[in-house]
Parts: sequence; C-alpha cells; structure tokens
Amino acid sequence: MTLADPATRTSAPVALVDVVKRFPGLTALDGVSLELAPGEFVALLGPSGCGKTTALRVLAGLESADDGHILIDDRDVVDVPTNKRDIGMVFQSYSLFPHLTVAENVEFGLRMRGVPAAERRQRAGDMLDMVGLDHHAERFAHQLSGGQQQRVALARALVTQPRVLLLDEPLSALDAKVRVGLRDEIRRIQTELGITTLFVTHDQEEALAVADRVAVMRTGRIEQIGTPEELYSRPVSDFVADFVGLSNRMPAEVIGGVVVIEGQHVPLIDPDAPSGAVHALVRPEDIVFAADGEQHARAAVVVTTSFLGSLRRTRVRFADGVEATLQHEVGHAPGVGESVRVRLTGRPVAVSRA
Amino acid sequence: MSATTTLAPSPVTRWVILGVVGAVFALPIIAMAEFTMRRGLDGGYDLSRWITVFSGELGPAYAPVWQGIQNSVVLALVTVLLMLVLLVPTMILVTLRFPSLQRVLEFICLLPISIPAIVLVVGLAPVYQVISRMLGSGTWSLAFAYGILVLPFAYRAVQSNIEAVDVVTLTEAARSLGAGWLTVIVSVLMPNLRRGLLAGAFISVAVVLGEFTIASLLSRTTLQTALVVASKADAFIAVIFALLALLFAFLLLLIIGRIGRGRPGRTS
Repeated sequence: MTLADPATRTSAPVALVDVVKRFPGLTALDGVSLELAPGEFVALLGPSGCGKTTALRVLAGLESADDGHILIDDRDVVDVPTNKRDIGMVFQSYSLFPHLTVAENVEFGLRMRGVPAAERRQRAGDMLDMVGLDHHAERFAHQLSGGQQQRVALARALVTQPRVLLLDEPLSALDAKVRVGLRDEIRRIQTELGITTLFVTHDQEEALAVADRVAVMRTGRIEQIGTPEELYSRPVSDFVADFVGLSNRMPAEVIGGVVVIEGQHVPLIDPDAPSGAVHALVRPEDIVFAADGEQHARAAVVVTTSFLGSLRRTRVRFADGVEATLQHEVGHAPGVGESVRVRLTGRPVAVSRA
Repeated sequence: MSATTTLAPSPVTRWVILGVVGAVFALPIIAMAEFTMRRGLDGGYDLSRWITVFSGELGPAYAPVWQGIQNSVVLALVTVLLMLVLLVPTMILVTLRFPSLQRVLEFICLLPISIPAIVLVVGLAPVYQVISRMLGSGTWSLAFAYGILVLPFAYRAVQSNIEAVDVVTLTEAARSLGAGWLTVIVSVLMPNLRRGLLAGAFISVAVVLGEFTIASLLSRTTLQTALVVASKADAFIAVIFALLALLFAFLLLLIIGRIGRGRPGRTS
C-alpha cells in the first residue's frame, strides 16, 4: 500500500451529537452537533473561548464529554480512550518529541501499532517525502523552523493512516507567509489522502480558504454551518456576518422587506426581517465609488486609504457622520480629505437589531 | 542590550568572585588533605595513612566505616528509587490531570526543609517501630525517612524540568498516536525529563551521603555515623574517609553531568 493511494484508505464519517462539556462555572459545549462526511474538510471557526478547541479535544478524547455522543465510523467512542480512537492530531504548539529525530518522531505512531521496523522506515520516509522533508529525517526538532516542525507533526499524524485528522490551530504560531504556504499544503495533502479532517481556527480567512464547510461557533454552540460561500453571502445572524469577513455596521431601517441604507434601498438576505431600525452589515466590496450624477450615489469624504497589494481599502465618512470601508482596485487611489461619491452595489445584506 | 553589557561584572570582578567562592570550597578540603598527611608532632608530611587505607591494612576498629559505606550506598539507591517511583509519577500526574493541586504538592514537598531533623526524628521514631515490626530494622529502611528529607531538593530539580518541557502537549501528542500511559511516561516523558531526574537523583544521593542526625538518633550505621565513631579511634583516618566521600560525590556529579548531556544530536 502506498501512502498516496486513496483507494486503499479508509476515511470515516465523524459526528458529534448533542455534545455537552462543562467546566466549573462554564459550559464550554452546549449541545454541539456536527457531522463530517468521509473525506470532508470541516473548519471550526470562532472567537477565543467559543468552545471550538474543546469540541476538537472532546472528539480526540483529551476531554471527556459530559453528555452526548461522538461517532467515528458510526461507532460511539465516548468511552474509548484517546490512544484507541485511531486519530491523527496536530497541535497548536510544537509537539515533536525533542529526544527523537524527525524520522523517529514520524515512526512513533507506527511503533505503537507494532509495525515492523523496515515497514516503519519505508512509510515514514514516504510521508516525509510527501511533506517535503525527507532530507531532514535525521535532524532533531530544535534544528527545524516552526513551519518545518508543523509539517513533521502533520506527517507524524498522517503516517498511521488514521480515520480522522484533527488540526488544532496548527498554523497560529507561524509567520504569515509560512502560514499561507502550509495552509495550502495541508489542503493538498488532505485532498490527496481523502482523510476526514476537522480544523480548528480563529482565522476566518484560513477557514474559508481551505475548508469544504465551515462551522461558526459562539459561546459553546454552532451558530451556522455551511460552505464558505454560504457563510459569506448568506449569514444567518449578525454574529456570523460580522465574524466571517469584514463588515461595515451601518445604521439603516427595514421597511417592507427591504432595508434603506444611506437613502438607498437594498434587498435583505432574510426578507422576513421585521421592520424597524437596524444595523446593516455591508461587505466592503458591496460599496463602490460612483460617477457624478449616478443614481443613488451619496457624497462622502475620504478618511483613510490603505494599499494592501492586490487591492485597496478606503474609509469614507458620509455627511451624517456614518463611516464605511470600501474595497476597490488599487489603480484608484483617492487622497485623504478628497470628496467622493459612493453607492451600494445592491447585493442583499444582513441586518442586526439596532 | 547595551544596558545588560554595562550591568555585567567585568572579567576581573568575575575572576575575583570565582576565586573567593572557589577558596571557600577549596580551603577546608586542602586543610583536610594537609591534616591527613601530617607525620605527627615531629613535623613533615607523608602518605602513610593513605597507603594504610588503600592497602586494606586497617584494623577491625574500622569495620563500621566499611559497613557504613555499604549502607549509605544502599540507602542512596533506595532513596533515589523511591523518588523515581513515587515522587516523579505523582508530579507528572498532578501536572497532567490535577493542575489545581500543584501548589498543594509544592507545599508538601517543601515542608521537610522547614522541619529540623531532630523534630522529624521525634515524629518518625514511633513510625519506625511499626516499620521495624513489618519490614525489619535493616539500615535500608532509613530510606523512607530520607525519601522525605530529599523531597524539597528533588521536587525543585524535577519541577524546573517539567516547567521547561511542554509535558501536557507531549503527552497528548503521544496519546493521540496510540501510546498507553506507561509508554507515555517511559518513552516520552522520562527521556525529556532526564536532566531534572538526574539532578534530583544526584541531590538525593548527596543528601543521603551527608545525613547524620536521623541515622544517629535512630541508631543506624551509615557513612556519617561510622566516621564519627572512627574519628574517636583515629581522626586522621576519619578525615581520609570524609575526603573520599567528597571525591565520590564529585565523581558522581561528573558522571551524571555527562549522562545529562544526552544524545550527541540533541545539543545545539
């Protein structure tokens, strides 16, 4: 069996069913239910303290669930200890065993499963080759960079061909460039191996970039689960809209199924939103510069403008003092204090009660 | 950085400090060595007493010293064993499963340092009556008392190593890879806590080799109690044994230090 042969690999369905986890004075998981299809890559996204890491640790068996069921391959593993759950896990902090070489680290899980030495070496070598570190096999953890250590940790987690891969913010200790590179590598390897994966992160960009589906958590509950596109374009709550992607919170009013923002009528994501004063959550790319005399355009003054490489963000202030951020192409570079005209694109927006 | 450089003592100051500290340690040892080589009232020096010790020509009066050395080595081994079998797993357990008990464990472990040996003996005497009935009155049983005595020193040595290594993450990583608890402790934690364990073991051995009060008051023969007896017969020979005990401890330190460096690839 080769490592890159998905046909011989068993990727299991995983489910958390009404899982409850309480700590003294805190309910970390308040009836969390989540299903992962075989081979699916799901990201758990949320702010610090929302319970996403606890959910992953409960799935790993590192924390016990107070209530509910955890199913791996349709078998309830609530009472199965971590070392018997057949999982692979990559941690936020560097977790390579300092006294072992890279190759010995990767072989560790195979050794625990009684795999013969020759096969261990072969499989560890193949996996290190997959993460591009086969030439570092005899090094120790302290001789590797942070990114290299996490790649070895990934190889170590995958070499045993676990039924589920758990990633607990594995990129958060890395610098931005390495983070993006490793993020794409994780996705490539996961797709290649077809392993069911749960990825915990607080970085919405990271979650949207790699996951098949994203579950947004808030105070121990899953607020919304869907594809990145669904979360971004059809958030079910202002929390999701606010957390997933950058949003402007603009005072507005819902009247008869539409929302009026700075005098412009815009459709609602939730057409049943009750009438009244609200805050409209408008994406920066849903506000654009307008030509003089263009319908619905409003006058504003540029407050700040930032060059972000492939795009530019400009903050403007309307006559009533409301401020909003626009995202636009870099070729247009308005000066601070310049008078401009802007309008909304008219794409549906989410609202929250004012 | 420059502030650090300014605040650091100059090389001369460092050498002076090193010299003074070195002299404090070296002078008594040199004086002891000089004492053992004195020829008597007529003056002059020779190695006759050292030759007597190493040629095995010491009389039966010195038999307790040899017995004391044997007993002390056994005591040191049993004490270290107790530390490794009882203290270290307890510390690992508290770190991993009961972190809220960290302070309690620290308090308990540091407690013996604040209790005078004589007070300990008063408390231990009735306990040893029970121990003697159950396990006999062999000198090795003194290791139970020494196990308490070395707690503060061994605890600090091991704890500093536990704090330096991310024990929790290493354990969780090993568990997620399929390791049972015994494998986690023996194959993952012990190798990474080796420096702390060796330091704790060395300090324990040093404490055991130097302990006199408890052994004397509980009427056991150890190196220290035997030396006192020997010094009454011949103070010169007693000092030679004291010097040899110091040399033994020094060699032990060197050996442990060398082992503690670990595998060649580990040190950067």
